[in-house]
Amino acid sequence: MGFFGKIIGALKKTRDNISSKLAALFSRGIGDDFYDELEEILISADISVTTAEEIVGQIREEARREKLKDKEYVVNLLKDVIEDILNEAEVPDIQYPAVFMLVGVNGVGKTTTIGKLANYFVKEKKSVTLAAADTFRAAAADQLTVWADRAKVRIVKHEEGSDPSAVVFDAVSSAKAKNTDVVIVDTAGRLHVKANLMAELQKMDRVVAREYPEAHFYKLLVLDATTGQNALSQAKIFDETVDLDGIVLTKLDGTAKGGFVVSLCGELHIPVLFVGTGEKMDDLQPFDAEEFTEGIV
Amino acid sequence: MALFSSLSERLNHIFSKLTKRGKLTELEIKTAMREVRVALLEADVNIFVAKKFIADVSAKAVGQEILQSLNPAQQVIKIVNEELIALMGSSNAKLEVADKPPTVILMCGLQGAGKTTLCGKLALLLKKQNKKPLLVAGDIYRPAAIHQLQVVGGKAGVEVFEKGTQSPVKTAKQAVEYARSMGYDTVIVDTAGRLHIDEALMQELENIQKEVQPDEILLTVDAMTGQDAVNVAETFNKRLSVTGVILTKLDGDTRGGACLSIKAVTGKPIKFIGVGEKLTDLEPFYPDRMASRILGMGDVLSLIEKAQEAVTEEQAKKMEKKLREASFTLEDYLEQFESLKKMGGIAQVMSMMPGMGKLKIKESDFDERRVERIKAIILSMTKKEREKPEIINSSRKKRIAAGSGTNVQDVNQLLKQFEQTKVMMKQIRSGKRLPFMR
Repeated sequence: MGFFGKIIGALKKTRDNISSKLAALFSRGIGDDFYDELEEILISADISVTTAEEIVGQIREEARREKLKDKEYVVNLLKDVIEDILNEAEVPDIQYPAVFMLVGVNGVGKTTTIGKLANYFVKEKKSVTLAAADTFRAAAADQLTVWADRAKVRIVKHEEGSDPSAVVFDAVSSAKAKNTDVVIVDTAGRLHVKANLMAELQKMDRVVAREYPEAHFYKLLVLDATTGQNALSQAKIFDETVDLDGIVLTKLDGTAKGGFVVSLCGELHIPVLFVGTGEKMDDLQPFDAEEFTEGIV
Repeated sequence: MALFSSLSERLNHIFSKLTKRGKLTELEIKTAMREVRVALLEADVNIFVAKKFIADVSAKAVGQEILQSLNPAQQVIKIVNEELIALMGSSNAKLEVADKPPTVILMCGLQGAGKTTLCGKLALLLKKQNKKPLLVAGDIYRPAAIHQLQVVGGKAGVEVFEKGTQSPVKTAKQAVEYARSMGYDTVIVDTAGRLHIDEALMQELENIQKEVQPDEILLTVDAMTGQDAVNVAETFNKRLSVTGVILTKLDGDTRGGACLSIKAVTGKPIKFIGVGEKLTDLEPFYPDRMASRILGMGDVLSLIEKAQEAVTEEQAKKMEKKLREASFTLEDYLEQFESLKKMGGIAQVMSMMPGMGKLKIKESDFDERRVERIKAIILSMTKKEREKPEIINSSRKKRIAAGSGTNVQDVNQLLKQFEQTKVMMKQIRSGKRLPFMR
């Protein structure tokens, strides 16, 4: 089992943070190996190969101009480069009345995120209505109801298997009548490659736009930080389908870094609005590029 | 699709680069392997797993095998592919069965991996095998998780054992006793999704394990998982010594490199894959198909299946030999056209071939009449001309055109096409059992 033994050894190395790895790198001097390893560090945070190459390229460039003096210098440089990329996507100001529609593949944490978002807006002294438009997954509406109770907000739901657009229609009508500040629409998890399910999403999108044109409509893609490069494909296709306004990055409390958002911000210019860091109601924070970068480097 | 260029395109690029050069130096293999490395990383294979893999394969390739081979490019990819398959293990979709029933299956994994749905799928599968499974609701944390399992169980027609939000350790124990007394032969315990670094919840799993002594501990992993898959798999395996892995959500467009990473760190077999939301969407794991997927080699297998219906083994073998000896002639070319016709049109076949997307072959390019014209041109050649098209000079071309009722341009076009096909076939022969090349 030589193969496996060596891998586990190598993995232990990744768990040390980048700074200490860089220290080791420096002791061996700066050469091609140095840049290769720098690239590997970024890739092991799920930053795409292309983006990692670009980042390392920028640092190489910098090194040519100015001698890379010490570890701190490179660490800070690395952070700056990543932060700059993250800031390329502009975070929108949230205006009310607002409708949020959360979309994403199965199991990324949409329903939990909605519970947390509801709580977030309640704390901002906004009135909130949830729309249980995941009528597909078994007990999804029940799950959302528990969150609505916890956050003490209203919920509009229909029977399992009913038309999700009808739920959206009812929730929006009710919100208009009651002057609700925020409507949050839960949608069924769907793989982005399933055309019929993506069309269903477009229908819900149209219902909101048509029935509630005065609202500010934010379509957020929920991405699981544990995901790898497929996140790029998800973002691209969901963006093509409903024109995304932002991303919620969930499960950042694990050991995964979610580095793919660097590529997303840089290439697709879709900003990250919130990050989820646990299963409790308060485990949701607005995205902070600096903090996120600290997590990677 | 994905933002990066497709792997099959990259690999085909390598193919063409390698094929053109004939013999390879170590440096050239190294260059090619860099591309393979990128390909693996873009498929989410863990970087250390990828590095080790590349090193192993390079060692095999750089030595005698590649340098002595007549088709070095194909040989490299053949080795890469074979090593991938070997690493991922043999096909093994069997579940352990306890000597004394009930067999206990414990499900575990991160949040959102798809455990609850999978429980339903497994229960249905077992039911179809004339077993009597019992589902156990051990996720007491996620809101409505118990209800979800009940709905899933209802769809599968399998009873769900639940004791509300009491300790899942206790529930699991009671469920096994219940199963024993009620004649259930398999107990599937659903558990809450948990982070591998959540000490309290990992302890809970260990307690369930101690209490019910499962025959199978199945780790459920989302096929879209990235670099972190190794940490997750390694931790779960260390704490529970899992007996197998199930990959879910393979109906997406993920390359599923996590599969290789998990196999590399746990060494445990991948027993099933989830390929959809329906309860019947559970399939055995085929390492060869997974290898093609990770490498982005297209749906080579279904192509083979189709081809085998149309081309006899004998014909295919002959063709491969010709290719290897670079003696593929116009006569073979003609034969191929006829085989393709039997396989449902060239466009369909091409669409299944890896890296063929950019060739943009339209069905109309290969209509019947054109095939007939090609046939006429080839049949107007002498035997020598068919075997050695390079001897066809302009006076021969005139004669062929006249004989086949076409013009010199048509003859030129055919010869050019034939040359391109020869190059292309060299490129796509991956060493797997590709049709009419083997």
